[in-house]
Amino acid sequence: MAEKILEIKNLQTHFTSDSGVVKAVDGVTITVNKGETVGVVGESGCGKSVTSLSVMRLLKDTPGKIVGGTIEFEGKNLEAISEKEMRLIRGNEIAMIFQEPMTSLNPVYKIGRQIAEAVQLHLKYDKRQAREHAINMLKLVGIPRAEEIVDEFPYQLSGGMRQRVMIAMAMACKPKLLIADEPTTALDVTIQAQILDLMRKLSKEGDTAIMLITHDLGVVAEMCDRVVVMYAGKVVEEADVFTIFENPKHPYTEGLLYSVPKLGQKVDRLDSIPGNVPTPSNMPEGCKFAPRCPKVMDICRQQDPDLLLIDKEHTCRCWLYQNSEVLEV
Amino acid sequence: MEAPLVEVKNLKKYFPKNKGLFGGKKFFVKAVDDVSFTIKKGETLGLVGESGCGKSTTGRMLMRLLDPTEGQILFEGNEISSLNDNQIRDIRKEFQMVFQDPYASLNPRMKVSDIIAEPLIVHGYPKEKREERVQHLLEVVGLNAYHADRFPHEFSGGQRQRIGIARALAVNPKLIVADEPVSALDVSIQSQILNLLKDLQEEFNLTYLFIAHDLSVVEHISDRVGVMYLGKIVELADKDNLYKEPLHPYTKALLSAVPVPNPRLKRERIILTGDIPSPSNPPSGCTFHTRCPFAMEECKKVVPQLKEISDRHFVSCHLY
Repeated sequence: MAEKILEIKNLQTHFTSDSGVVKAVDGVTITVNKGETVGVVGESGCGKSVTSLSVMRLLKDTPGKIVGGTIEFEGKNLEAISEKEMRLIRGNEIAMIFQEPMTSLNPVYKIGRQIAEAVQLHLKYDKRQAREHAINMLKLVGIPRAEEIVDEFPYQLSGGMRQRVMIAMAMACKPKLLIADEPTTALDVTIQAQILDLMRKLSKEGDTAIMLITHDLGVVAEMCDRVVVMYAGKVVEEADVFTIFENPKHPYTEGLLYSVPKLGQKVDRLDSIPGNVPTPSNMPEGCKFAPRCPKVMDICRQQDPDLLLIDKEHTCRCWLYQNSEVLEV
Repeated sequence: MEAPLVEVKNLKKYFPKNKGLFGGKKFFVKAVDDVSFTIKKGETLGLVGESGCGKSTTGRMLMRLLDPTEGQILFEGNEISSLNDNQIRDIRKEFQMVFQDPYASLNPRMKVSDIIAEPLIVHGYPKEKREERVQHLLEVVGLNAYHADRFPHEFSGGQRQRIGIARALAVNPKLIVADEPVSALDVSIQSQILNLLKDLQEEFNLTYLFIAHDLSVVEHISDRVGVMYLGKIVELADKDNLYKEPLHPYTKALLSAVPVPNPRLKRERIILTGDIPSPSNPPSGCTFHTRCPFAMEECKKVVPQLKEISDRHFVSCHLY
């Protein structure tokens, strides 16, 4: 059995607002093993980003609160430790890459200083060593003229270069787990290819596990070993990447796969999932996908199904497979 | 041969930029630099390219939302690039636009019925038939008549894009310029809108200029595809030719860079080095030579021309 590095069990993160409680994450179970890349797929508002923020404990300044479930990193319960202990893990053992590199880099600090900050804190390097390390990291992520770039500001770099800087920063302390939240969504395809290539290389070399959050099924197929599909705050299906693409069980996963136009595929019409993604204030009763599901049954509208183990390492939350063994959560 | 609906000849758009506070030397951002293409009636021409390649600027010039610096735009054989504002307003009902951001392109203070009726008012549609027309349009794009009295914020992204499409259809245009109409939408909603655009094209015999960065989406919807790089069309061909036998090194790299949703498919990938150069200071000769794996001496000096290599397959590259 592979060594678990991150284990999220039945996580529930709710936001309180004037108009009531929004259950952004409501039953998410994800396990990431050592050195493995796990894709988390879902559409906007499905709770994939809130899940990652919960892991990093970055919800402090928001109305969001973890109300249930556990997050364990190398056997340590991240909810129970103090902020001081968390600070030793964050940016060190767990690093994160955000979607928009421009808004996540500080515009008034030089690139080198931003990379060095974490290095000085976690690896206890002195200023000169940290700067050296920053330059090495920049070279590692393929930035030309690293010695000069280290003294430049984020605005002087292009989008692809900024994302490389973000990766250099995240990888600077050789994290065991990298959480990448839509790392290439803001980039052009040729730049995206460069960045994905780089992430794959770095994770192999440093044996870093990646939790890759994305909505792009192409990126998932290319990068991931296992895939978690989320819908409306819940995990609806999880399996290895081949099973997800070749033998999906949940009607939402199926619909998602068929609705994407594929290169070289000739169809006149795309299969599409009817209706819209439900808004938090307008969550349907029972299974959240029931109103859009082509295989909907009566029970779906009344009761939410459990996440069940339907095959070896293949879980699915759907009433069509309710006779399987219950996943032990 | 039937005359094309739209003919664009040597279109250029240079945005002037002043360097320094006190004017100083003027220089130009060559957003679109010598672009020519035609669109036949009833077909969909896709324009793909990465950010800053000039695809949106081209679309906006076609709509006459921007004035071209040089070149001609012929619509049904009539020159429209030199018409003044009043003349253009009359003819603009023949071509309408669908915008990328369904949040920014609808006025939040207007009811849906007013948004869709606005082009009808501008183009003098009889007042008594207006309401009926709006309700009909809402149904055509898959919304309900009771949505007419709501405001844009009450709708999801996909529904808003449907409103934008209804507004574009209101005056029975011949051409619709769709600038990244699905890129802001979720995957499951994208396919709904793409299907809707295809259905409408059949029903109303529409012609599309479809601008997008997503190659799979463009392949799905287009008949012919033009690939742009730094303000120029580098390759233009029928969809099947372009995707099966791309000729230009940039098209090849672009196609190989698209992640394919099939985990078993391991493809040879051409990874381009470097970034897209700035259009304010494009490389000499072929603008792609700085990133091209096949660059020759000639490429640095001579600007390649768009040539017809095989049947209706145009490439601008010194290799051919």
